[in-house]
Amino acid sequence: MIKLKNISKYYQTGSITITALDRVTLDISAGEMLAIIGPSGSGKSTLMNMLGCLDVPSEGQYHLEGKEVSKLQEDDLAEIRNQKIGFVFQNFNLLNSLTALENVELPLIYRGLGAGERRKMSLQVLGMVGLSDRLHHKPAELSGGQQQRVAIARALAGNPPVILADEPTGNLDSRSGEEVMEILKELNRKGKTIILITHDPEIAKQVRRVIRIQDGQIVFSGEVA
Amino acid sequence: MNIWQTVKLAVAGIRANKLRSFLTMLGVIIGVAAVIVLVSIGEGTSKSVTGKIQGLGSNLVSITIRNNETPVSLSYDEIMDWKARPGILGIAPVINGNVSVKYGNKKYDTSLEGINSDYEQVRNFHVQQGRFVIPTDLSFRQKIVLLGAEVARQLFGQIDPVGETVKINGENFKVVGLLEEKGGAAFGSNDDKVMIPLTTAERLLNSKGIRTVYVQAASAEDVDSVVAQLDNLLYKKIKNTDAYRVFNQAEMLATVNQVTGTLTVMLGGIAGISLLVGGIGIMNIMLVSVTERTREIGIRKAIGGKRRDILRQFLIEALVVSSSGGVLGILAGLGGARIIGSVMSIETGVSLQIIGLAFGFAVLVGIVFGIYPANKAAKLNPIEALRFQ
Ligand SMILES: Nc1ncnc2c1ncn2[C@@H]1O[C@H](COP(=O)(O)OP(=O)(O)O)[C@@H](O)[C@H]1O
Ligand SMILES: [Mg+2]
Repeated sequence: MIKLKNISKYYQTGSITITALDRVTLDISAGEMLAIIGPSGSGKSTLMNMLGCLDVPSEGQYHLEGKEVSKLQEDDLAEIRNQKIGFVFQNFNLLNSLTALENVELPLIYRGLGAGERRKMSLQVLGMVGLSDRLHHKPAELSGGQQQRVAIARALAGNPPVILADEPTGNLDSRSGEEVMEILKELNRKGKTIILITHDPEIAKQVRRVIRIQDGQIVFSGEVA
Repeated sequence: MNIWQTVKLAVAGIRANKLRSFLTMLGVIIGVAAVIVLVSIGEGTSKSVTGKIQGLGSNLVSITIRNNETPVSLSYDEIMDWKARPGILGIAPVINGNVSVKYGNKKYDTSLEGINSDYEQVRNFHVQQGRFVIPTDLSFRQKIVLLGAEVARQLFGQIDPVGETVKINGENFKVVGLLEEKGGAAFGSNDDKVMIPLTTAERLLNSKGIRTVYVQAASAEDVDSVVAQLDNLLYKKIKNTDAYRVFNQAEMLATVNQVTGTLTVMLGGIAGISLLVGGIGIMNIMLVSVTERTREIGIRKAIGGKRRDILRQFLIEALVVSSSGGVLGILAGLGGARIIGSVMSIETGVSLQIIGLAFGFAVLVGIVFGIYPANKAAKLNPIEALRFQ
């Protein structure tokens, strides 16, 4: 499903070149749920940007569902993100001027779906995350946990095979965090590939496979007891 | 992303930020209103001047002979002989003088024209009461007079002057007609004068020879040939081109139209500059807005918004602002044109073309000044945009 081969990412700041990812090779099969852990600055977010097709690597190959995406142009990447990937961010990243329903519809609008179909799909995923009674609330009128559930609904709306979640519980109280984790695990049971980025060992314990990254390199990959 | 959706979002954004949106639009509102008001004043002035010139008579050619250049003058009979020439419909020779008119103990100084019966049609000048001068008035040197509306007001007030007798330079004249009101003319007032039969005027003013003639061509196409014939005739008789002038009303109209047209374009251009300034205001606010909304742009891109989607969104926002400003500007312009029209007492019929032009220009300004900020937004890197605090 996802194959990274010798992916490196360099950032040039002034005369210094930072190696954010150093020849990362990684296979993820469909339906897996894994956590990427590592200290701050180790390259987790950079890896997530690569996996999420938000950025292209400086070197190496990336096959997503058999398609080489590491050399694509911005608009093609946007299309792949829209079709294949659902993002869940630490700080929710909802549009504050839109209602919950409108936020969830947004990826479907960019996909070019008609109003009726959009509405149907959005209502369904909002139901799944238990927000059928908050459709017309703006983010400011929702709790953090509810906002993150809207964000999950938005990630799910287009029915992408992969959900990428960067510290999805980082800004939540423990109860809301547990709820969010339950939803993600439930999605995984239904067949979604879920990639979590976290530095919380408690979260990492809940998944089968853990990848530890340090200084841009994968130092551990496997199951933690 | 569907356009209607984007428009709705843009309108919602404008509503959410009423004061800022209004201030952004203000430049466009003032610009559009200024274009409409100034151009309609220009066109109104042009229309009223044109109307006044045309009111002097249609297909009119006038001849003046200068006293101080030549002793030669024309006699009434020889002028009227021209009427047999092709393309000439009517001829109205005129003798001018200044007289004082008395009615009872009221005295009024005014100008006098000695005229014939053709004058009515040639100059398009009719009576509102009584009758005009007829050919027998000239044959018998009748002492009858037509009063201009202003003269009648001065001497008679509200009373009907027709049938009364006035003294002109001491001689009794019977008032047979009251001339229609022409209003302030382009050259002196048409209402402040009296008219008597030309032959009577020759006696009264002790004047020999005619120095002003109005000739009406049969049609607009005939005007040029009539001018040429008259030129020819006058040259043969006077042999001095400085001593007479043949004046073509159509040419005069064209000149006036050219001048007022230039004026209108200039006024419109000046107003157009203020629209440009309005556009710069839009660009300024949009650049601020792009920066403020960097994270939003990042989110939209992350979930699948392409460059063209973002570009379109910001461009449509610029268009919504500029065209809303355009609509408000049109309303302000219509109101302004009406007020100024009534203050300056000119007709300022705002044409659909001006409205369309001003609105189109406003929209264009929105596109031109919106494209740079929109493009800036579209080109933002999604990761950096998402990181933006
Ligand atoms: N846009 C960038 N420009 C320069 N350096 C960057 C950029 N993004 C990340 N880095 C650097 O790359 C390294 C990895 O960063 P990141 O992937 O954000 O780490 P993490 O998410 O694990 O904290 C860090 O040293 C960071 O400073
Ligand atoms: Mg990070």
